[in-house]
Amino acid sequence: MVERRANGGVWRRFVSVPNDRLPKALTVVGFVCFVCSLLVATSSVLLRPRQLANRAAERARLIGEILGDVPGLEELTQGLGSIRIETRLVDLESGGFVEGGEPGAFDARTAAEDPARSRAVPPERDLADLGRVAREAIVHIVFDGERVQLVILPVYGQGFVSTIYGYLALDGDLNTIRALVFYEHAETPGLGSMIEDRRWLAQWRGKLVRDAQGEVRIGVAPGPVAAGTPGAVHAVDGLTGATYTAEGVTSLLRFWLGEDGFGPFVKRLATNGGDG
Amino acid sequence: MTTAKRAILLAPLVDRNPITLHVLGICSALAVTKSVTTALVMSVAVTVVLVLSNTLISAIRGFIAHSVRLIVQITIIASLVIVVDQLLQAYAYEESKQLSVFVGLIVTNCIVLGRAESFAMNRPPLESALDGLGNGLGYSLVLIAVGSVRELFGTGSLLGVQVLPLASEGGWYEPMRLMSNAPSAFFLIAALIWGMRSALPDQAEPREADSPTEKAQR
Repeated sequence: MVERRANGGVWRRFVSVPNDRLPKALTVVGFVCFVCSLLVATSSVLLRPRQLANRAAERARLIGEILGDVPGLEELTQGLGSIRIETRLVDLESGGFVEGGEPGAFDARTAAEDPARSRAVPPERDLADLGRVAREAIVHIVFDGERVQLVILPVYGQGFVSTIYGYLALDGDLNTIRALVFYEHAETPGLGSMIEDRRWLAQWRGKLVRDAQGEVRIGVAPGPVAAGTPGAVHAVDGLTGATYTAEGVTSLLRFWLGEDGFGPFVKRLATNGGDG
Repeated sequence: MTTAKRAILLAPLVDRNPITLHVLGICSALAVTKSVTTALVMSVAVTVVLVLSNTLISAIRGFIAHSVRLIVQITIIASLVIVVDQLLQAYAYEESKQLSVFVGLIVTNCIVLGRAESFAMNRPPLESALDGLGNGLGYSLVLIAVGSVRELFGTGSLLGVQVLPLASEGGWYEPMRLMSNAPSAFFLIAALIWGMRSALPDQAEPREADSPTEKAQR
């Protein structure tokens, strides 16, 4: 050992220690862990802006798709300029806008996990099986002058095997559905994934959320819907082989349109108009 | 490249293919082969992880205490997988959405740990890198083959390009719904393994035990 110390230095001494000796094993393991954590942390921090941009672009694309569906919107925007689109942060409980909120920085998923910014949904009312939801939500409102043309609400809930995320667009009367799209889920390919099918989604257009008594009735029927039957205005055709996914869609719509979701906001917007 | 090194690279493609010979990495082979695109992205991800984990583990193999070697290997593999997952989310967002959890599950892909433990722990880094590349490509071959069959017959397209005109869109092809579901990958991989073992009898496993009836007859 004395000789080695003389001409080999610390490295050779380290190499000569058996690998199973505790201090050396700890040093090696510690070194591996340190390098690995550095690698993971670096990649996570460096790539995060890009990942967030990807997610934001996806959401923007979907909203663009819904807006593209509004007849005459484009010409109006180019013409008189009376059409404007506002993105606002809404307090779900009161249904009012959050003044000074930063809609661009808001992320519903992070907020739902943050105890300070979310609330527990009572189990008996937790239709969409969410557990906790954020206290606030982002809505997009299309105004034509002072008149509300369209309201786009983010909706999500438990499907059969995954959480389904989508957007619901309501007409200015806040009761007629203009469009429904889903952008993220992991339902069974070919069965539950039919919720992405454009022809199926197109059926939602013109359906009514609430009945004359103000009860939320919207949902997926157990089978095909015959026009003219009672309740046909609130229902779309069922999805063969995807009963649970379809029930999930019904539940998430009823949850988000109900009292724990956007109910108070919709009511407030209907009475006050754009002033919230 | 020397013959020995070439053999290390090429053997896992057919002769010692990790999926068909060792029947490893089956879970992801079933899950991500619905389309060629997802199979391709998954193949690249697994191959990158395999090459890097084999190289790194081989490089430090002389320092790893025997009793904690599996933990060290998994730590390295898991870190690499996280980095690959982050990269996909940043640069191949659409594909990473389709692959969902299966990128993260590369950690549990037995091929990666298997090559680390059986090869990289005993061989120098360059050979280990070649072994990782070979096994990654062998895995990719099977994935892409299964993915092509499933996408072609399940949706009538290849790499998203419609090859067979669908009946629902005025063509003649009625897609086989089964091909879009995971069980079809079971059948295809089973048929592939059967075919390979019939063509190359060396690959068949020796019988582990005689069946009771044969024993009784003896």
